[in-house]
Amino acid sequence: MSDVTLETAAAKVPEAAPRSPPASQIGLLAWLRTNLFSSWLNSAVTLLIAYLVVRWTIGFVEWGIVNAVWSVPDNQTQACRDLKGIGACWAVITEKHRFILFGTYPYEEHWRPALCVLLFVGLYTVSAMRRFWRKELALVWVATLTAIGVLMWGGILGLPYVPQERWGGLVITLILATFGLALAFPLAVLVALGRRSRLPAIKALCVLYVELIRGVPLISLLFMASVMFPLFLPEGMNIDKLLRAQIAIILFAGAYLAEVVRGGLQALPKGQYEAAEALGLSYWQKTGFIILPQALRLVIPPLVNTFIGFFKDTSLVLIIGIFDLLTAGKTAIIEPAWQGFGVEVYLTVGAIYFVFCFAMSKYSQSLEAELNRHRNR
Amino acid sequence: MSETLEYVASAARPDAPPAILLDKVNKWFGAMHVLRDVSLNVAVGERVVVCGPSGSGKSTTIRCINRLETHQEGRIVVDGIELSDDIRALDAIRREVGMVFQSFNLFPHLTILENCTLAPIWVRRMPKREAEELAMEYLTRVRIPEQAKKYPGQLSGGQQQRVAIARALCMKPKIMLFDEPTSALDPEMIKEVLDTMVGLAETGMTMICVTHEMGFARQVADRVVFMDRGEIVEMGTPAQVFENPQTDRLKLFLSQILRGH
Repeated sequence: MSDVTLETAAAKVPEAAPRSPPASQIGLLAWLRTNLFSSWLNSAVTLLIAYLVVRWTIGFVEWGIVNAVWSVPDNQTQACRDLKGIGACWAVITEKHRFILFGTYPYEEHWRPALCVLLFVGLYTVSAMRRFWRKELALVWVATLTAIGVLMWGGILGLPYVPQERWGGLVITLILATFGLALAFPLAVLVALGRRSRLPAIKALCVLYVELIRGVPLISLLFMASVMFPLFLPEGMNIDKLLRAQIAIILFAGAYLAEVVRGGLQALPKGQYEAAEALGLSYWQKTGFIILPQALRLVIPPLVNTFIGFFKDTSLVLIIGIFDLLTAGKTAIIEPAWQGFGVEVYLTVGAIYFVFCFAMSKYSQSLEAELNRHRNR
Repeated sequence: MSETLEYVASAARPDAPPAILLDKVNKWFGAMHVLRDVSLNVAVGERVVVCGPSGSGKSTTIRCINRLETHQEGRIVVDGIELSDDIRALDAIRREVGMVFQSFNLFPHLTILENCTLAPIWVRRMPKREAEELAMEYLTRVRIPEQAKKYPGQLSGGQQQRVAIARALCMKPKIMLFDEPTSALDPEMIKEVLDTMVGLAETGMTMICVTHEMGFARQVADRVVFMDRGEIVEMGTPAQVFENPQTDRLKLFLSQILRGH
């Protein structure tokens, strides 16, 4: 009955042809007018900011490129000092880049950490592509990480042994961050699930872990790992300093990530749990097929936020004397000839951190869009 | 009409062991007594409609049957298995009992087809191909096979609820529970879901359905159960319950329902 009425009503009104929006509402000029020059005050602010941006850009180009010194012969830094700050001394990077990237690793063996960095980057790239998201990827990880261990330590396959104390630079940062997050993430998922467990003992243990670790600064955990932990070990037994720092970072990141994951678990409607249970799925089937895939998608932004934070927090290992990227950079300019060129070194180190963090950020955005496509109508 | 009734009467076999037995079931939420001595026998092939005002315990009752809620006193026996803390008994029961929810509860990150095949593949250990064929068969029966590759968010409410019914049926359950399946739907979509349920009733499925759709109750129910404040107040054929209510509570409820329609 109602259908008939609707149809006749629709027939009487001819369908209006779609029109384009008015010309004053589209195009570059309209955008400029509404966003940058909508009033006298806005126009003034726009012009002022444009002036500052142009001036600083010119200033930076002059300092960083036009007036810069790119190399100096054999530690003769007088040419750099003569600039008196009007140009950058990139010679410090030319001279010290191997130290910044590889620390005190034996010079003639630098190809080994360099290869490790490439392996890490390749591993990230492969893992980022969804078409490689298969069970075999876990094997690729194990194989790559083993290869990196062999390359760094050596002692077999004709590679000279290099003690861990001599490792340094970018490869240390990547080792700490990769192992740290790769192990902290599964730990975090288990802890987050445990915090919602019906079994009181498991729940209490997980709450205790998260609250204890979160209540302590990472620096004090690193100190504990470096100074206190060996005191509890029997005499003669020693665990590698890097490994101890690595464990501290895993435990710390795990506690933070666990809370992020728990947020996702709590955001899921109760009906999803009930529907899975009503279908007879077991706890792990329910968790693996229904709960985690949805919960983790929901928390991609805070998850990547935490990932990026921890990538940079690995630089805190400097306080227990591990030569990560930042520490190596800092140490590179201790030499009297190169003192005073911190800006150039820190800009370079900062740029390296930025490349990794920005890549993570961009990747998470595309992943989020792709994985949440089902939510679009 | 009389034909349907005859069919219904022959489908229910009161002499067979009950599909579901509730014996003096009691439940509390904290200090609140939400189920009071609820006793109900549902025969194999029987169709029971449970109605009552909101908060009367009707949803809680059927959620106790597949243990989405636990009861604290009394006995619940489903398909010959008594509900207890034994997880294996619970798994066995949940395999045989399908449930359809008010809010559909489809899995939004899986396609319609994946929604329907997940449990048969992992719980029934059915080969993937077979599960997909079965799913397409049931999706055809609820008249939406063409939506199989879409995600739940792309479907209307009525279509989602029909998928939810197909998903439950793919487990080949012996018993189906419906928890207000049409309450979250727009009026024009209620009919398509009810039609699907009528079609299911005609296959002889044992059904317990919490609903306010009196037309549906009259058409398919062998028995109507009226609940109020956690207890079963009246029980009988649709004609007895709707035309000849014995208690003031049922009379009040029926007058409110009828005014609403």
